Amino acid sequence: MSKEFRDHRGRPVVAVTGIGIVTSLGIGKEDNWRKLTNGESGIHEITRFPTEGLKTTVAGTIDFIPASPLCAPALSEEFAIRAADEAIGESGIGTLGDFPGPLFVAVPPVEVEWPQRIEMAKVSNSDTIGYNELIQVAATERFAPYYERFLYRGTTERLADRIGTKGSPIALSTACASGASAIQLGVEAIQRGECQAALSIGTDGSVNTEALIRFALLSALTTQNDPPSSAPKPFSKNRDGFVMAEGAAALVLENLDHARARGAKILGIIEGCGEMADSFHRTRSSPDAKPIIGCIKNALADAGVTSADVNYINAHGTSTPENDKMEAKGVSAVFGDNIKNVPISSNKSMIGHTLSAAGAIEAAFSLLTILHQRIPPTINYNIPDPEIPLDVVPNKARDAKVTRAISNSFGFGGQNVCLVMAGEPR
Amino acid sequence: MSNNPRDVLITGIGLVSCLGEGHDAHWNGLTAAKPIYDEQNYPPFVVHPVAPINFDLQIPKKDQRQMEPWQRIGCYSAGLALENAGIKGNTEILSHVDMLVAAGGGERDTAVDGSILTGLKTAQEPGRYLNERLMSDLRPTLSLAQLANLLAGNISIVFNVVGSSRTFMGEETSGVDALRIAAARIGAGQSEIGLVGGAYNAQRMDVLLQLSFGREALRAPYESTWARGNKHAGIAAGSLGAFLVIESRQHAEARGAKAYAKLSYINADRARRDKGELEAVIESLWNAIPGLKATDSAVISSATGAAPATPGEKTVLEKVAKDMPVRVPGSVLGHGVEAQFPLNVGLAALAISRASLWPACDTTGFEKPWMGGTLKQVVVTSISAWRGEGIALVEAA
Repeated sequence: MSKEFRDHRGRPVVAVTGIGIVTSLGIGKEDNWRKLTNGESGIHEITRFPTEGLKTTVAGTIDFIPASPLCAPALSEEFAIRAADEAIGESGIGTLGDFPGPLFVAVPPVEVEWPQRIEMAKVSNSDTIGYNELIQVAATERFAPYYERFLYRGTTERLADRIGTKGSPIALSTACASGASAIQLGVEAIQRGECQAALSIGTDGSVNTEALIRFALLSALTTQNDPPSSAPKPFSKNRDGFVMAEGAAALVLENLDHARARGAKILGIIEGCGEMADSFHRTRSSPDAKPIIGCIKNALADAGVTSADVNYINAHGTSTPENDKMEAKGVSAVFGDNIKNVPISSNKSMIGHTLSAAGAIEAAFSLLTILHQRIPPTINYNIPDPEIPLDVVPNKARDAKVTRAISNSFGFGGQNVCLVMAGEPR
Repeated sequence: MSNNPRDVLITGIGLVSCLGEGHDAHWNGLTAAKPIYDEQNYPPFVVHPVAPINFDLQIPKKDQRQMEPWQRIGCYSAGLALENAGIKGNTEILSHVDMLVAAGGGERDTAVDGSILTGLKTAQEPGRYLNERLMSDLRPTLSLAQLANLLAGNISIVFNVVGSSRTFMGEETSGVDALRIAAARIGAGQSEIGLVGGAYNAQRMDVLLQLSFGREALRAPYESTWARGNKHAGIAAGSLGAFLVIESRQHAEARGAKAYAKLSYINADRARRDKGELEAVIESLWNAIPGLKATDSAVISSATGAAPATPGEKTVLEKVAKDMPVRVPGSVLGHGVEAQFPLNVGLAALAISRASLWPACDTTGFEKPWMGGTLKQVVVTSISAWRGEGIALVEAA
């Protein structure tokens, strides 16, 4: 009988026993990790839809996984199921179809998209199309499958069916922090003793015409399209926006005692989670970085550690002028002078900004960083920003002793989440 | 989550619907049992429109301009809940309020969509045409509005609720899960106080289109919920907003807050209707409610009017709740999807605090009269139109 582990607050310790990753770099964590640590980019010209007239023409779309109809919910479901399959397979707990715990899924916003609207408009005999005409077309029941497909909760319910998770599955949206929130909800459920295992997934397949244009209208996207692989430049002086991208990650979270009792391989520990909402602005961080600082400090306190115990920061690092400046300000305030000694890198320099999935994918990469004792680089770092004097692990991966990492996720709507991760406790 | 180790009290209730705003407007409207609906403006559907609201009372004009109607309804009802709990403007408390919002998604500019679809019929280069029209016609101020979490984001900005902010997406069960997780966190000591709720704007052709795919929207004429049965099934969508302030007994007592009721139990599950699980899942949720008595108790149902969900719920209630009066507020004020369960839990808490129940609004006779006495327990059900089942027990604090 193994010893019962409790954390500094007397809670069950939450281990990660399975990880699955899908990004524009490929399917599976082995392939992803190899390419990520080689500094390879998954960013390319968009071919999914016409880009004539658009200032941004590159993205990290995943074009090697089919979905029908081609829309964000269907793509998100297909990415998620592959990530879940890999994670559950690795954990050895349950099977795809019978997983013994609840499901928390971070999903992108849902609505009927332009290809579907256009398809419906084609069926209408009217020369002028409005919502009355679309409703008449819908009444024919010819597009009845769109009902479940475009329910806000539809994708999550279908995933719960396919994966066989237990209880009421939760679809959550905290914008670009969603993936981290999904992990936090799973961690909390295990800490409350509601379950021994939980499946947390972040997934996003929302690179489509309107989503791209909406972000462009907010001036959030880079317009440096050539070459596509150089478009995201986190922390560089010449960064000018993020690159939309797709992907998914799934983490099997498990009570450490339970995992050890069944002889599971422990991939890492989620030691703490912190959050703090920002009431300053819908898209901008409070200029004093107080919510960013607060969420990191809350996470460290939740983990029972201090910034001196952290030796790697997996940055949110979107490559927007605003995010990278505010994130640098935030971590500098939390880490003080010691920030010089703590490497911080952005996976988004290679895989782009995977939006609702980013928090989960980057937590997965943080755990791999600890497992492999190797830090993935920030690529495209050629012109340092003098206002961000951080060790961003420029352009080449680095072997390093990493015992504890934090991963930051910040989202529009004032969302801030930070996760603290470590290797298996001995 | 089932039994909470720490009591979870309901200390603030903010309500907005076609009945107006606030506790008395809702109590009086339900007591009048006179449904308020519109059969003219969204043909062929029945819609319950929101009452005229002076949004300026809770939301600065500059913020209103950044919001769509569902966000304004939601923000306004969140403000009412904070005010009712006595914590509006109390930055010390608001800094640790954990917000959990049940939301759908942003509203379409239906005129723009229609105009683009019409233009696409004759466009020479449809791809370029769509790109150019979207670039010029989507309003930058509202281009964030498709994000489900922007209701929560707006509440943070307007009321300075910053402890944490989480949004659960989708349909009736997101409202159940939001309250379930918020209560579980408080029960387990992971949180002390939460702001939980949602909002829905039914006066939108885009949501009526979505309901139309599944033939789920109620077509005129209006009938009360139970009377729709299988042959006239449908959701009479209602514009409404509902937020609750819930907190640990310790936190409420420390600040001298008045509790309307205790949220004793909440649970959720999912029945695969195509596998015939619906009635068994509802019954097992019901049977797991701890300490429920058949006297001095009632059921507030979130029945949608859709089939087979609502006829299935009625079958189970006829069996398990045969001595209890049942009420469907949705018959009077419509069905507000993500916001309906928080609304009904709020109404249950009001009923407990007033120790009484409003009259039936039901032409079938299924809703029995309240025979007087002291109302002590209310079961709130949520059987979604499509999928997702939830149940809660609200009791005297």
